[in-house]
Amino acid sequence: MTVKVQQKDFEASKEVAAMVDGCRNPGAIVTFTGLVRGHEERGKLEALELEHFPGMTEKQLEKVEGEARKRWDLQDCLIIHRHGPLKPKEQIVLVACISAHRSDAFEAASFLMDWLKTEAPFWKKEIYSDGTSWVEAKDADQEKAREWNK
Amino acid sequence: MNLLYFAWVRERIGKDQERVSPPDAVKTISDLGDWLCTRGENYVHALEDRKKIRVALNQVFVSWDQEVFKDDEVAFFPPVTGG
Repeated sequence: MTVKVQQKDFEASKEVAAMVDGCRNPGAIVTFTGLVRGHEERGKLEALELEHFPGMTEKQLEKVEGEARKRWDLQDCLIIHRHGPLKPKEQIVLVACISAHRSDAFEAASFLMDWLKTEAPFWKKEIYSDGTSWVEAKDADQEKAREWNK
Repeated sequence: MNLLYFAWVRERIGKDQERVSPPDAVKTISDLGDWLCTRGENYVHALEDRKKIRVALNQVFVSWDQEVFKDDEVAFFPPVTGG
């Protein structure tokens, strides 16, 4: 059960292989990797600058991961979230969940991503050739995170 | 009291952190916001629309009516966009 907040890139396959080694009886792996999109409504993106709140970010990720472990039967769980300037197609976030049966891993991974959107203190600034804009939090993301509490 | 600012709140205020000694009348984060806004237009511009600002006390999300004390760390920032 690990969270990492880092500037450097990650290799999902290596991370997952190390997790599998440590599991007692793995039967299902679900991984989600989030990438920087190169095209947004405003146009072609040059870069995405991710700012975060050092200290609070780690605490929030650990809290969210702990919540997932309470709700589902997970043998291991990993969140890696990058910060700093990232180019289109670069990886931003990795969530990996390992369980005996697929439904636990699928649901936990989905839950973790929904909660990261609303609970992890990151902010994204889009850099365009003609200026910048901060990404606004979406009501739809708030709603998805709330759905898990029904 | 240590204050931290992130994202466009940081840009509008023009700094990422500062130490302040608010008057005794400042009991809550809401009072703190009001007091900061008396210190300059940059604070008003950053903090006037409270629906768009989230606050954390000692690295935990709280509401504006939360009490604050002199050794606390208070962070002001826009709604988060992780993931």
